[in-house]
Order: sequence, then structure tokens, then C-alpha cells
Amino acid sequence: MDDKYALKSRFGKYGGQYVPETLMTALIELEREYEKAIKDEGFIKEFRYYLKEYSGRPTPLYFAENLTKKLGGGKVYLKREDLNHTGAHKINNVIGQVLLAKRMGKKRIIAETGAGQHGVATATICAMFDLPCEVYMGKEDVERQALNVFKMELLGSKVVPVTSGTQTLKDATNEAIRDWVSNVDDTYYVIGSVVGPHPYPTMVRDFQRIIGDEARAQVLEKEGRLPDYLIACVGGGSNAMGLFYPFIEDKDVSIIGVEAAGEGVDTEKHAASITKGSLGIIHGMMTYLLQDDYGQILPAHSVSAGLDYPGIGPEHAYLHDTGRVSYVSVTDDEALDAFQMLSKLEGIIPALESSHALAHLVKMAPKTKKGDVIIVNLSGRGDKDVYQVAEILGGRKDEK
Amino acid sequence: MKSKITKKFEELKGKDQKALITYITAGDPTIKDTEELVYSMEKAGADIIELGIPYSDPLADGPVIQRAAQRALENHINIDDIFEMVKRIRKNTEIPLAFLLYYNSILRYGIEKFIENCRESGMDGLIIADLPLEERIGFKSALKDTGVDLIPLVAPTSRERIKNIVEGSGGFIYCVSSLGVTGTRSSFSEDIEEFLGTVAKYTDVPRAIGFGISNPDAIRQLKGYCEGVIVGSAIIKKIEEGIKDGTHVSKVQEFVSELKSAVLE
Repeated sequence: MDDKYALKSRFGKYGGQYVPETLMTALIELEREYEKAIKDEGFIKEFRYYLKEYSGRPTPLYFAENLTKKLGGGKVYLKREDLNHTGAHKINNVIGQVLLAKRMGKKRIIAETGAGQHGVATATICAMFDLPCEVYMGKEDVERQALNVFKMELLGSKVVPVTSGTQTLKDATNEAIRDWVSNVDDTYYVIGSVVGPHPYPTMVRDFQRIIGDEARAQVLEKEGRLPDYLIACVGGGSNAMGLFYPFIEDKDVSIIGVEAAGEGVDTEKHAASITKGSLGIIHGMMTYLLQDDYGQILPAHSVSAGLDYPGIGPEHAYLHDTGRVSYVSVTDDEALDAFQMLSKLEGIIPALESSHALAHLVKMAPKTKKGDVIIVNLSGRGDKDVYQVAEILGGRKDEK
Repeated sequence: MKSKITKKFEELKGKDQKALITYITAGDPTIKDTEELVYSMEKAGADIIELGIPYSDPLADGPVIQRAAQRALENHINIDDIFEMVKRIRKNTEIPLAFLLYYNSILRYGIEKFIENCRESGMDGLIIADLPLEERIGFKSALKDTGVDLIPLVAPTSRERIKNIVEGSGGFIYCVSSLGVTGTRSSFSEDIEEFLGTVAKYTDVPRAIGFGISNPDAIRQLKGYCEGVIVGSAIIKKIEEGIKDGTHVSKVQEFVSELKSAVLE
């Protein structure tokens, strides 16, 4: 690996391993096994095999001509992660981690999920490899995302509703960690984003960098040069880290992460950890998070369940501090507008998460030059969201 | 300077006794109750008391202590209230007190301010559930010469880490009985003797076993392997049972007396 901070436990001051002692030996073992695996050609070959044959990679870098014309600025390319099997980038990481779990001889898989995309991806891969899988999901999300719950059960996984705390992703993650503390000998915990204690943020990024590696080669082929802008949404931040990472050293590429502003960053209902958060510890990592004056973690809010997380991956916190990546935020309403815009203009229904990246594109593209090249990470498809969006938009029509 | 915790273990050793360490969450159900519970547990024979600082995301705790934290947080208990309470307690008793908490509570409050308030209010020890060896270096040096012990946790999975974890420790070594979060266990691992033996190989600091000790029988089973036993969730359950009719303080006192008898047998 040529990565300059590969397998260091921190990104600047962020990251680390703030977990109960019971887990430390398991984290050290994971780090050691992961380090061996990524240097093993056989492992990399197997990982790439499943990405290609099972998930359908490489995903296209699609020139969105209609959107480009409408916005009147630079050329817009969409990295079509929505075309992966199970409908989002999440599966890249799950294939990597479950292959690692198998290699380590683990007999049982657990995962957390918010909206259910990571849960469905994990249930899918566990079905293929015939591994028992339990997915922790906040009770509120279980009710909001009934279709994904059904999918996970259909795939043979057990969905465990979490009733502690705010009953959402943050609490599902706590509960998965508690399970892992109790069953650490035979259980592998598949974390769904670039969050958690070291080595997870590094490992998940490495499994997701395929997005950026492909995009880089594709844009060089289509445009003969690197892009001027990269845009991706950031909840925990795995799709963004995956796209950004291979471009970090390319100083002429402007990189923008888009957080969920919910009902506005000046309200209490948002998920903008970098824009409005402060230094703290969540899920074993030091990073920016939403918390009160005494360090109690505050509930996040976003129309998009996948961005509804009060923390952010530690590498993003670092890239914010160094200024390499700019972090901005867009509101629920702006994301909903972008959701409809892409559907009508390009015939692609984006996930509400990815709609945040698109909403920022809508704001900034008109200010870019005609010759500029912009890549937006279309991290997932919106099939899972159409019912929710129909309810919100239907409600608005009724109000009018 | 010897801490009150160290002195307590020395005193008990002189009497050939094991320490009974009891845990409650500060502010559950109110701060006033916590103060009363401290006095009544001392009366019933608790040697050292752990006070949990309620946290929104207690990932090392099982459902019982999670509920205790939730009750306290619903009453908007914060660390300042808890320090004020400790000052009041210190006017009435010298029983050794340790906080059990999560590192974010300290980090957000401010490390220096937190340590200063521990000293001023008369706290004797800190048990930080999510600050393992790798992350404690800076905090440990900030605690140096303050008279406040950083009490380390060792787990059955710690193995070759034990030596470094216990090095330079004060107060006692918190030995986690088995895998998992806090809460009741029906049985303990047969390896516990070997585990506790390994700890003793590397330190003379007293060892206390916690996690899952819920009744006098468990104390009888484990007390031969250590210098102290820790009971938490089982006490919180007594509080839960008594809240409705206001008998929680007497229920806890009665239960701690039973535990003490098992310790003294």
C-alpha cells in the first residue's frame, strides 16, 4: 500500500480506539489480519472477483448531459454506485469485510444499520457465503424501513430491533458493539461506514476506494485529465472517503463533502457534525459530533436515514482541519428538490443521501466554467425512498 | 500519598477481609436519593462505593445500568450536580469513592477542570470504561500526584496486555469477570482463577472482580480469587423495584447487608 497513513491508529488527533478493554485484543487481531490480507494477492484477487462478478463493477461514470445543460456550468459526471448489486456503494465494503471474517475463521456476523442499506448488503453477502447474520436496527428505523427489514429476513438474517436511547442508528451501533463485547471469540462485526475504532475507518476506506480508483481512470479516459471538482454526501462518510481518497494528493482537484442540514443548521434538527459539532468520542473514535455541554450525544436529524448520524468518520474530521476537503451542508428541502430534478432530467431516481450531493451541485454548478469537469458520487438508488418522498410531497400538496 | 482506596484495602487486609464495592448511578432516580444511598450502603457494610456518571451512550453497560442512566438524564443530572453532591457527602463520610464513567464526559468537561474538581470534592478514584491502555497515556500523566487513582480494567481477553495495563496502577485493578457488558451472569468462566493469577503475577495492587456478580452465592464463589468484589446491576434492580413505593433506600440497604454477610463468612 502506498497510503501515507495506512494502519496508523489516528488521522491527526482523530480516530483512536476508545473501547472497553475486552475488545482491544480483538481489534489488535483484526488489524494484524487485515494488514496481512491486503498484502496477499490471493485475497485482493478474490475481493476484486466478487466486486466484478457479483456486484457488477466497474460502475459507469455517466455524463449527465441534460443536467449539465440545465445547470449551465461545467460538465457533470455521475459515478453510478447506485448500479451496484443491492443498490448502493455499501456492498463494496461488506464483500471486503466478510471475506476477511471468513479468512479469520469467524463463525458469526453482526452489523448495525440505519436505513437498512448496509444491513441488506451484509445480509446479502452472508446469504451467499452461508454465514449466520444478525443485524441491529433502531426500533424507529425498523418501523420506517419495513421493506428493508423484510429483505434482510428474506435473505436469512435476523433483524434485532434496538429499543435503547433514541432507537436509531447511533443506538443500533452501541448495541452491535455490546453484542461484540459479549461474543468476541467467534463473532465478526461488519461496520458499515468509515467510523468506529481503529482499524475500521482505514479498512472501510480501503475497501471503498475502488470508487475513486475507477472514477480516476474513467475520467482520464473520457476527458484526458483529472476533474476540477468531486462532490459526495457525508453521513459517516464511506462513499465520500471512497471517492475522495485516490484524489487527495491531486491538489488541483477541489473536493467537497456535503452534510445533512436537516431543517437547517441553526435549528436543533440537523446532522451536520462538522459544520455544527465539537470534538468528542462516539463509537470508539475521536471525531466531531453533536453533543451538549456535558458530552451527552444529541440525536441527529435528516430526511435521509443514511445521513442521520451524530458523528463523522475521523479521516473526514482530519481532512476538514487540514482544509483539503471543504464541508458544506444542504437542507432536507434542497435534497428533495434535487431528488425530483435528477429523476425528471436523467431518468435516474437517486437515494435521498446522494440527493444531498446533487443539491450542492445544483447550487454550485452554475458558478463553474463551461470547460470544468465535476464528478458527483451517486452513492445509491432511490427505490428505498420513493414511498417516504411520496408521503412528504403528497402531504405538501394537501397543505396547498 | 496513599489514597483512601489503598488505605481501605490495607485496613481490610489487616483484618483478613475482602472488600465489598457497590455501584450506583449518580442521580438515579434523584441526586438526593444517591446521597442517601451512599450513607445507607456504608451503614450496611459497603467498603468502597462507585458512582456512575450517567451517559447517553454507555456501550459497556447492559440494560439495567442503561436504564439507570436514562432515569438520571431524564432528571437533567449533570457532572456539576454530581460534584456538588460529592462535596456534601464528604462532610458526612470518608468512605472511598470512585467514579465509573465514559471518557467523553471528561473530555467535554475539560480534563484539567475535571481532575481539579475531583480533588476539590474529595473523589478518590476513576474507572473509565472506554479508555484502554493505548489511549490513557496523556490522561494518566495529568492525574499524576493528584491523589486520584486511575483504576484500570483488565478482561479475560487481555492476556499479554495485562502486564502493561497494571503497571503503575493505584487503588485497585478492576478485573472483568467474563466477556460482555455489565449485568447478571448465571455462571462464571472456569478460567477465572488463572486469569486472576496472571494479574497477581504482575502487580501487588488489590484485585476486585466485577461484571455479573448479582447475589451472595456469586460472592462466595469468587471471593477466594481476589481482594474485592463489585456489585452493580443487582443493586440497581433493587432501586428499580423500590422506586414506585419509595422503599428503594431500605431495599438496597437490606441487600447490601446480605452481600456483606457473604463477604464476611
